[in-house]
Amino acid sequence: MRKFMTAAAAAALTLAFAGAAEAAAKVKACWVYVGPVGDFGYSYQHDQGRLYAAKQLGDKVDATTYLENVPESDSERAFEQLARSGCNIIFGTSFGFMDPMVKVAKKFPNVKFEHATGYKRAPNLATYAARFYEGRYVMGQIAGKMTKTNTIGYIVSFPIPEVISGINAFEQGLKTTNPNAKIKIVWVSTWMDPGKEADAAKALLAGGADILTQHTDSTAPLQEAEKAGKLGFGQSSDMIKFAPKAQLTANTDNWGPYYTQRLQAVIDGTWKSQDTWDGIGKGMVALAPFTNMPDDVKAMAEKTTADIASGKLQIFACPVLDQAGKDQCKSGAKTLEDGQILGMNWYVQGIDDKIPQ
Amino acid sequence: MRIDLEARPKRSALREILSPVVALIVAIVIGGVVVAIMGRSPLAAFDVYFVEPLSQSYSLQAIAVKAAPLILIAVGLAFCYRANLWNIGAEGQFIAGGALGGWLGLVTHDGAYQAIGSWWILPAMMLLGILGGVLYAMIPAALRVWLNVSEILTSLMLVYVAQLTLDWLVRGPWKDPQGFNFPVTVNFDPEATLPILFDGGTLHLGVLFAPIVVIIAAVVFSKTIFGFQVRLAGSSPKAARFGGFDDKRIAFAAFAISGGLAGLAGIAEVSGKIGQLLTTISPGYGFSAIIVAFLGRLSPVGIFIGGLVLAVTFVGGEDAQIALKLPGDMTLAFQGVLLICVLAADVLARYRLRFRLGGKA
Repeated sequence: MRKFMTAAAAAALTLAFAGAAEAAAKVKACWVYVGPVGDFGYSYQHDQGRLYAAKQLGDKVDATTYLENVPESDSERAFEQLARSGCNIIFGTSFGFMDPMVKVAKKFPNVKFEHATGYKRAPNLATYAARFYEGRYVMGQIAGKMTKTNTIGYIVSFPIPEVISGINAFEQGLKTTNPNAKIKIVWVSTWMDPGKEADAAKALLAGGADILTQHTDSTAPLQEAEKAGKLGFGQSSDMIKFAPKAQLTANTDNWGPYYTQRLQAVIDGTWKSQDTWDGIGKGMVALAPFTNMPDDVKAMAEKTTADIASGKLQIFACPVLDQAGKDQCKSGAKTLEDGQILGMNWYVQGIDDKIPQ
Repeated sequence: MRIDLEARPKRSALREILSPVVALIVAIVIGGVVVAIMGRSPLAAFDVYFVEPLSQSYSLQAIAVKAAPLILIAVGLAFCYRANLWNIGAEGQFIAGGALGGWLGLVTHDGAYQAIGSWWILPAMMLLGILGGVLYAMIPAALRVWLNVSEILTSLMLVYVAQLTLDWLVRGPWKDPQGFNFPVTVNFDPEATLPILFDGGTLHLGVLFAPIVVIIAAVVFSKTIFGFQVRLAGSSPKAARFGGFDDKRIAFAAFAISGGLAGLAGIAEVSGKIGQLLTTISPGYGFSAIIVAFLGRLSPVGIFIGGLVLAVTFVGGEDAQIALKLPGDMTLAFQGVLLICVLAADVLARYRLRFRLGGKA
């Protein structure tokens, strides 16, 4: 009997230890969003990524913690609170979190940090971003086929490289299917302001645009297109619910696989600080189903998407002429270098607009 | 049935001191009910909101850092509000101060203009911050005094002007040339950054401005003629004029103090906490400070306490998101409930409700 008791106690102890070890191995992952998770755009997509990773990794991670609506100028405290609350890895999803994350990462060398769309790194601070411009090339091709007025309305937020490279990629695609079509650009100087975005959309539609695209986060421009019986593209998330007759496709951010892979690396102990910049090929950028277009356009869009994924099609294949007709490629290069796309502050030939300075 | 408010025959000091305390308790009870409806334990929420933040050194520092700008701005607002001037634009004056003071941080970046040493940079930044706020507050003050334009409208609209101007500066002429066109400025040199008081902490020197200003303001209100003039100009402008007080000068002075303190809060935030200029440097301090001013019932000491209470709800609100997965909007909703309770308790301390039967009086 005593023997049995000892064995039972030992078993219980082992179990308890196993339990403790399991609890210790459970990686706590935390997120900081600049907007509300209910914006159905940028922050929403990151949160979908969080939920995806949680589902993929199941018991191995605790991915239930996030802070939403964190103002960038006041974000340092948010990161510090998360680091102190036991998060093993913290994802900051807005560019403006960069310097606060650098500061907090320095203070907590044992916590891993990942910053979306930034360029400052540290041994425990990695960066990641998506090649959104790849999706925009496909959208440009579709727009060229679908426009009747040869005028595409393009609503944009701020002249940062991500936005400029998106406009350039769209123009590169547009040129291939319809050299006569022109992009009309309106800067609204906001990421998310449904009223302003809708006003810009109305102005563009009144000015003859029959297809709208946007680099802002709300569903308003697409909804305006729907109301006017015109066409448009969704941004960040699949917005088909908001514009079932207007959405041709949507350029969506698909963070789930990346988050899963990075959390797995933390679990395996192989996490390293690095810079990730993936596109359609790795599934970080995904185009929503092609709708409201004839079959031949759809087939073309699918082929282009596949060619971009396989690397067969290079969006910025040399020569890449700027507005002045000068080739921006380094001599002998086959395509623009990543650094040139990441720092893009010039338009390709064919765009009638001036980048606000 | 109709309800009338009837002035209580006597004002009781005890009742007026107790009213904000009662208001806080009522607000906490209401918050607890909402938390319970959302399926979380109200006790755990109370612990996370009010106990935990006050029991750790780092969150105490976080509270102080958050409360300092609120207190500075609110003390300034108290001068305006007591003089019956409704400055709603402290947010804009905060930005003006942060931007003008921050400009010096940008100009002196990388050791520039530091040939005679760097000791002058921080004091000069603080002075420029105050100056920026004062000048920006002079616009609604002048419009009010000389042209009788509502300062509520002008000061509020100037907030948007300040926000957009800073946005333009940081995206345009002031942006970091090495920043890939991203809307941030360079980081200030250490010589242009308010020092951190404790190693590894977040408490910076600028936080100390708040208690100092509170003490000075308390003395000004209770012991100086100017403090008396401000109060009299607000409560009975005619009497003030008969008494020979220059109410125009008082209006300018109140706006200058209000703007200057908001500007000081702005530059302290920029230099002590952010360390560079961003397109937005305030998460709405100028507006939250209005709540603080009334939580503190326009008295400097009350504002000091009110600012700390509000800061606790911010920091606790983030803890609640982390620990209880309560939505961030809960914090804002709770602050709203708190303000309504304080205002209601204030009214009830001075008036009593009379229920009358029958619709007509």
